[in-house]
Amino acid sequence: MAAHWFGARLVERRAQTATGRTLVLDIPGWPGHLPGQHVDVRLTADDGYQAVRSYSLAAPTDGERVELGVQAVRDGEVSPYLADVLPTGARVELRGPLGQWFVWRTGQSGPVLLVAGGSGVVPVTAMLRAHRAARSDSAFSLLYSVRDPDEIWYREELAAPDDRLDVRVLYTRRAPRGEVRPPGRIAAADLGPAQAGPGTVYVCGPTGFVESVADLLVGLGRPAADIRTERFG
Amino acid sequence: MAQDTGRPSGTHQDGNRLAGPLSEILRAEPTTAWWRCPDCGRSGPLAELHVYGPEPGLTARCPACSRVALRMVPEEGHLWLSLGGATGAFRFRTA
Repeated sequence: MAAHWFGARLVERRAQTATGRTLVLDIPGWPGHLPGQHVDVRLTADDGYQAVRSYSLAAPTDGERVELGVQAVRDGEVSPYLADVLPTGARVELRGPLGQWFVWRTGQSGPVLLVAGGSGVVPVTAMLRAHRAARSDSAFSLLYSVRDPDEIWYREELAAPDDRLDVRVLYTRRAPRGEVRPPGRIAAADLGPAQAGPGTVYVCGPTGFVESVADLLVGLGRPAADIRTERFG
Repeated sequence: MAQDTGRPSGTHQDGNRLAGPLSEILRAEPTTAWWRCPDCGRSGPLAELHVYGPEPGLTARCPACSRVALRMVPEEGHLWLSLGGATGAFRFRTA
């Protein structure tokens, strides 16, 4: 795919959660991307030291403007800097678009189940945004596992009524008042109703979450070939 | 896609993570490349291999039996790549 490093400029930063950020960057010459793809971001220190990290694109192609989701990792080398220090207007290098396995294509038919843990919601949000923009007829469902209500990314957007997108938030530690499901990790009962029928499942999140969801899905009879996964360690 | 510790974390990522470095030396899309494990017979796309650090070294292993599928070390201007876990590596020029 002949990767290409682009010069990019940070134009906007928005807080999603206490440690999750949306970064909007301008990338002259950006060729566009598929929902679900990611980029590698390269930072170079004054002494020449370089660090490269991967971040998912949160929105479908929009000219030369891209939106990344960055979760600041405690003691991380790159993410706390990107999340809170890199000034607006600053330049970074960016390689992409990357990966054609964990992608949803607008012309793709069949229902889609998105299962996200924490900031794993970022690439699947690009998919559901593309689905909405394309007025696709495919049924889309999102199961979104978060620690507590403060950890929800894209809160208003996901709460907005949409008759072609079914969103269900699963709380692992603390649920909001009125939530019937007791807080706890995702289980077969959570996946049972949503996973019935054919179609593709996209699972993204921390490695333990992804492994556990994939195992649950296979245990429920979902063919492994229908499951696409992305782990972020 | 957000691991950011730069050191062993005891866990792994997956082959999606290799898209960037491999795209420096391949014209074809890397993550959809099909792979079959010569030890246990499991097959699937490169995206599903389990990838271990610590960076900059990356080792991709069979998700079922841990057999090494490839090892790589990206460095400035070069990518070192060893296939199948054997000794010896190719050094590709990337810049």
